[in-house]
Amino acid sequence: MSESARPPSAWERASYAAALFAVDPNACGVRLRAGPGPARDAWLRALRTFLPERAQLRRVPLGVGDDRLLGGLDLSETLRLGRPIFDAGVMARADGGVLMFAMAERISSATAARIANVMDSGEISVERDGLARRMPARAGVVALDEGLGEEERPPPALIDRLALCVDLDGLGYGALDAQLFGRDEIARAKALLPAIIADDRVIEALVVIAAQLGVASLRAPLLALSVARAACALRGGARVDEDDIAAAVRYVLAPRATQIPAGDDAEEPQAEQSAAEGPTRQDDESDSSTDKDQHDASPAQLDDLVLAAARAAIPANLLTLMEASPTFRARAERVGKAGAAAPSSRRGRPIGARPGGLRDGRLALIETLRAAAPWQKIRRDTEASADARRILLRPEDFRVVRFRERRETTAIFVVDASGSSAMARLPEVKGAIELLLADCYVRRDSVALVAFRGKTAEIVLPPTRSLMRAKRMLAGLPGGGGTPLACGLDAALALAESVRRKGPCPLLVLMTDGRANICREGAACREQALEDALHSCEQLRAARISSLAIDTSPAPQTQAASPVSLLARAMNARYVKLPFIDAAHLSNAVRAAARAW
Amino acid sequence: MASSQLSVPVETVPAPTYRTSIATRLPAEALDIAERPSPFPFTAIVGQEEMKLAFLICAIDPSVSGVLVFGDRGTGKSTAVRALAALLPKMRVVQGCPYNCDPCAPTGLCDACRSRPLTSTPKTARRAVPVVDLPLGATEDRVVGALDLERALSLGQKVFEPGLLAKANRGFLYIDEANLLEDHLVDLLLDVAASGENVIEREGLSVRHPARFVLIGSGNPEEGELRPQLLDRFGLAVDVKTPTDIPTRVEVIRRRDAFERDPLAFARSWFSEEQKLRLKIVAAREGLSRVATPDAALKRAAQLCVTLGTDGLRGELTLIRAARALASIEGAASVADAHLQRVAPLALSHRLRRSPLDDTGARLRVNRAVEEIFGA
Repeated sequence: MSESARPPSAWERASYAAALFAVDPNACGVRLRAGPGPARDAWLRALRTFLPERAQLRRVPLGVGDDRLLGGLDLSETLRLGRPIFDAGVMARADGGVLMFAMAERISSATAARIANVMDSGEISVERDGLARRMPARAGVVALDEGLGEEERPPPALIDRLALCVDLDGLGYGALDAQLFGRDEIARAKALLPAIIADDRVIEALVVIAAQLGVASLRAPLLALSVARAACALRGGARVDEDDIAAAVRYVLAPRATQIPAGDDAEEPQAEQSAAEGPTRQDDESDSSTDKDQHDASPAQLDDLVLAAARAAIPANLLTLMEASPTFRARAERVGKAGAAAPSSRRGRPIGARPGGLRDGRLALIETLRAAAPWQKIRRDTEASADARRILLRPEDFRVVRFRERRETTAIFVVDASGSSAMARLPEVKGAIELLLADCYVRRDSVALVAFRGKTAEIVLPPTRSLMRAKRMLAGLPGGGGTPLACGLDAALALAESVRRKGPCPLLVLMTDGRANICREGAACREQALEDALHSCEQLRAARISSLAIDTSPAPQTQAASPVSLLARAMNARYVKLPFIDAAHLSNAVRAAARAW
Repeated sequence: MASSQLSVPVETVPAPTYRTSIATRLPAEALDIAERPSPFPFTAIVGQEEMKLAFLICAIDPSVSGVLVFGDRGTGKSTAVRALAALLPKMRVVQGCPYNCDPCAPTGLCDACRSRPLTSTPKTARRAVPVVDLPLGATEDRVVGALDLERALSLGQKVFEPGLLAKANRGFLYIDEANLLEDHLVDLLLDVAASGENVIEREGLSVRHPARFVLIGSGNPEEGELRPQLLDRFGLAVDVKTPTDIPTRVEVIRRRDAFERDPLAFARSWFSEEQKLRLKIVAAREGLSRVATPDAALKRAAQLCVTLGTDGLRGELTLIRAARALASIEGAASVADAHLQRVAPLALSHRLRRSPLDDTGARLRVNRAVEEIFGA
């Protein structure tokens, strides 16, 4: 490591991560969080100069099919040559090189599982199109994560296996200069790698720090260990020391943190903001003294030293993030659904082919030819009239395209937990939601929960399929306070848009008595509050979000007089009155609203 | 990017001559990887006792029919399955038989082995118990077996090429991320696993062959829940959790790291442990038929299932079988309450009829019922 007291710039830190990756690409994958642009190009250029000249960098587009990703029968060559020709997929071809996955935040979990499998085993096993192959596929993986918020990120199976997390956010064009290492230095470090010693003390320190940062996965400390070794090799050391551990913590464990390490709680997040700019190398002055010195450091001391680094590297807004979503990181997510597909399409996205007659769907021509290819010679021999130039198709060759039949729905429950509602109806509302949840379970929908009361609205439960959690959150939902209806609707709109960006259809279920009394700014004014709420409703309507308004007001009112029916009209929602409906009725209403697309 | 279109030509493997109505041969094996690297030793897996027990029970009595391992990422689900393959003692097979037929078994043979005259003794070979990994993205033709492409294209011969189900006969079939597998493949696998036979009918190819295997599925609850029909087909279900205490976690990392640095040396240091367990498995298999199942145990099992309201008899049967296998591992002469108690959560917790919103964990309900019945 450099002896300079100057803290490294953001760019230096990013390219240091690239160097770590280049030293041990198979163990240290990278999640590169950056939009397309000069910063990312510069980082990739830097990576290119670190990697051996003959190493290949392959870019894998989003939505790559199994035949390209894993490999399969090369149809045209097979037909031309009259013998089966296997076409290796990108992962097998990248053996010894680097794979870059574009738009990693939208990779489907099925694709992620395939990538993860190859990362775990270092080989690829293909059982497709009548061919069986096993080939080495030891490739470094770089996931180009272009996600905007915390919500948009690569599938958890991938994140879990990518050691390094590099964020190029906010890097100016001028900052992209320094070249930290040369190709030779990396090659030297690579040669050192197998001999690097990491004793039990190091392992213990990494495990303890991971625990203090609330990192649950056991893969994280293991990846951190690899990174620490790479860092050690990079500085030409023989034995992993504090600095290497600090590097591992900064690049591997800190980005996965779900909690701030306990201890000096007096230090507040604002300190982190500045600290995040200049991490850890400050304590380098004490470093490089003697190896013996570091030997004597007990694991406990080591933790203290390194935890400072950890704290510095934790994202400054971690606490707010955690507050926003109570189960930050641990929640169930579905990622990578195609974005703004035409919402009216009932046919969905094609997802491969299956055998079937032409009446069963649309013919998948290539798949059909693929199925027919092996039989050509046999059929020609048995059929007298066979013309050598014709491809002989039989009904059992037909393959039809399979579509994802239904776009998934995310039901967003917007629950009025204010005093007016809570006093009389909250338990009843909870009961109704439970019914709806059971219904969602049957239809494999995911659910989210937004509650509003007092002066604000909050996302109590981000979209999840875990009905258990939804129910638990609901049971613990406190009631009381004002009715900030507009805030609740705004929060629901934001959530619905983010759900839609990911693919599923949002369905909004508003449950309120409609007696808004807190306006958007937080002031208590009944007229203004209702007006604000109506305005929010119109925005929901403009966003074309299908919705259902459930009136929970206790007094038997006529529908016309109820404020909820006003709201329902403004947002083009179905109106249902709670006291007059039974379970089946309610569930039908939701189903109808979901169908109304 | 300069991507050269390289196509790997199929290496022609001379087909072994084999007496059968339809000539068969093993699928062309890996071209580049000579042998698999030695897997992480089964006995070196830290903790996860339930998962290990479930695997052992299935290894001793395959009729327990499968294990579903559901749980957190990075808990060694795949590691354990691959370790199992190396742990199990080799089995005797008819040499050259693509279905690993047992030379001593009177039934469950493939056509070729069945049609063999009783007087002739086949050549036998010892082969490792197959643990077949079903790779994601596998196509149906490779799973069930299909036309041998090579011969069809170059020679115009109609030859059946056995698929993964044939390979897995008498062994294990492992589906990683079972919840990501396509529905039609899952249905197919379950059907074959239940019937023990794979039937292929296509354009004059009419083949049926034994496909008796133990299905091992793994999954992650974050990716979504499994269909209840699927759950019920697995004999045992295990919930694996990431260990949270520091010493255990340190030990996991330490062993994993040692293994990754030098797999061979690591395997050597665990050799005697592996051998010990291997012998135990052999003994337990032999002793299985001698383990008595007293009426009292049957009654207890029935009581337990009635209390929990499990659907059908499958649960009860699995419970008894698993308890018997456990008794055999422990060298007991008959099934006792302790055995039933220990396997009850494995055999029953995934069979409870549950409302999707019932907060009480299935585990807890099983444990309560166990306490209620055995506590008295």
